[in-house]
Amino acid sequence: MELRRDVFQAIADPTRREIITLISKQSLNLNAVAENFDVSRQAISLHIKILEECGLILIKQEGRDRYCSIQPKKLSEVADWLEPFRTMWEDRFSRVDDILKKLKRKKHGK
Amino acid sequence: MANKNKTSVIAEPGKQELFIVREFDAPRSLVYKAFSDKKLLEGWLGCQQMKVKYEKFEPRAGGSYRYISTMENGMSFGFHGVCHDFSPPERIIQTFEFEGLPETGHVVLETTKFEDLPSGRTKVTVQSVFQSTADRDGMISAGMEYGVVDAHNRLDEMIELNLIQ
Repeated sequence: MELRRDVFQAIADPTRREIITLISKQSLNLNAVAENFDVSRQAISLHIKILEECGLILIKQEGRDRYCSIQPKKLSEVADWLEPFRTMWEDRFSRVDDILKKLKRKKHGK
Repeated sequence: MANKNKTSVIAEPGKQELFIVREFDAPRSLVYKAFSDKKLLEGWLGCQQMKVKYEKFEPRAGGSYRYISTMENGMSFGFHGVCHDFSPPERIIQTFEFEGLPETGHVVLETTKFEDLPSGRTKVTVQSVFQSTADRDGMISAGMEYGVVDAHNRLDEMIELNLIQ
């Protein structure tokens, strides 16, 4: 079975979402990430591997440390997911603009 | 003039809330009116392909509302909630529930804030707090109240997502 490896798979798990939030603030090495969680270092390591496979984070070897940093381009795929919902509100609010124009005209006695 | 008032939707991964933010070229009292007047709400919540009609609207603390969205093909859905706070011209707090879900009880808490901006402009921030991240993500994915793009595609999507039984 082929495993699903995309941004939605990445954010489906609450621990991975927390890791993303953490790393989006600053790049961290694996140990520093693991320190923020109660689960084992191996478990965090696995989550990080999945995040890397989903293209959401980049792992760089620096000396003995492995640093994780966020890949903002991938995160924007999440924004694409929001787009139809956003468009719906944009359409609604443009109708509010029309209503406001009429209300303003009324207020000025025309 | 190009529309400079962009609508932003902020939904952080893993959170139970979402924000919708938009600025308007009108003073707060007018924007508040557009959000709290039955006829005006019907005018902008609905559109050509989806008519919105309030069958009940009591914009005051302890009041409630229910509106029906009817699509071109005659299919309709109800939405209802309880009004918690209508404080002109700065704040509206109410609950919101989509009646088309397979089970009841998936309620959203909506807070709409109206802020004065320079030059007679107003910033509106809608915060929706859901009972779970799944509820929030479901609402975003299904485009729940749809009515934009292509109503029929949306309907197919909703059937696929089991939002319609």
